[in-house]
Amino acid sequence: MLTLTSDIRTPYHPIRAGAKLALLCAATVGLFMLDSLAAMAAANAAVAALYLAAGRQFAKDGLRLLKPVWVFVALVLAWHVLTQDTLAGLVIALRLTAAVALANLVTMTTRFDDMVEVVMWLLSPLRRLGIRTAPIGFAIVLVVRFIPVLLAKARNLIEAWRARSPRRAGWQVALPIALVAIDDAEHVAEALRARGGFDAE
Amino acid sequence: MERQITLIALFAALIAVLGLVPQFTLASGVPITAQGMGIMLCGTVLGARRGALAVLLFLALVALGLPLLAGGRGGLGVFVGPTVGFLVGFPIAAFVAGWIVERMRNTPILTAAFIGAVIGGIPVLYVFGIIGMSVTLDKTIAESALLVTPFVPGDLIKAGLAAALTASLLKARPASVLSRG
Repeated sequence: MLTLTSDIRTPYHPIRAGAKLALLCAATVGLFMLDSLAAMAAANAAVAALYLAAGRQFAKDGLRLLKPVWVFVALVLAWHVLTQDTLAGLVIALRLTAAVALANLVTMTTRFDDMVEVVMWLLSPLRRLGIRTAPIGFAIVLVVRFIPVLLAKARNLIEAWRARSPRRAGWQVALPIALVAIDDAEHVAEALRARGGFDAE
Repeated sequence: MERQITLIALFAALIAVLGLVPQFTLASGVPITAQGMGIMLCGTVLGARRGALAVLLFLALVALGLPLLAGGRGGLGVFVGPTVGFLVGFPIAAFVAGWIVERMRNTPILTAAFIGAVIGGIPVLYVFGIIGMSVTLDKTIAESALLVTPFVPGDLIKAGLAAALTASLLKARPASVLSRG
């Protein structure tokens, strides 16, 4: 399945996922505490340097991942130019790009499986309270598997619609898609129970 | 237990798949995606607690790095971006929608699901979304509210569709609609 992890090997890939996440938290809190233009510009320069250190293609990919933020940056800047407070607008826009870019950097350089492992580790104290965490890990795997299956079924139904109607398939296909999906889920649940369910572990 | 987990996982996947449905544009020029409908459906079909869990599971996968948000967004970046408030509000919106459907047991499902989807998906969700924008963009609450109002008509349509779907599902697969089980 497609993830946002970059295929380009970077010096950041081998760093432990937990460590990267802890650093990211600290850096983000810092960004929201600082309030000067110089600090924000420095933060952006630092983040850009981190990206560029991993190569030009990697930096380009990172820039593409930032795309959804530009709309808001443009909006904020336009707003502050109108209210004649351009300096504040620049600080906000720079803080936003630095924070999002830094978070994206962690996502791009950490494998999905390693992230899941961190989550399970963070959840492990719950086990002492008598809450079972294994079903959570199992549910994550299940979703990852369900998504492509669901997409394929939806595609089948839409094709079947196209074969019969000159119009585009609209919301009418939603119900059959939901039905097929629910029947599938019930089958999976039955199969799980037949194999002893979560108690089998 | 196994059944509940698989249904929760299924609805988490459904939110993701609905996010991949191409977005269409309202007459006012505002793009709308089907993802919000997935959030509403989680509540109206699975009920308050399980609906919220399905949404949390979906958000966990987004945070872990899968590009499942509408428009292929994902990763940790979206949790510090301007739309973070909506992400925080998603599970609460599903919870409220489900809670209303569970509470209005004697009301026809279509009405109950529509009221639940509207209240959970618009006022409740928007409160969080607006607060999130006002913090990340450093704007007042009123200014942020102005930014999100164009999305209300689209969300009303989604609530109507979610209600219709919930009602049809209850007719076709009554055992799977946990909010009325």
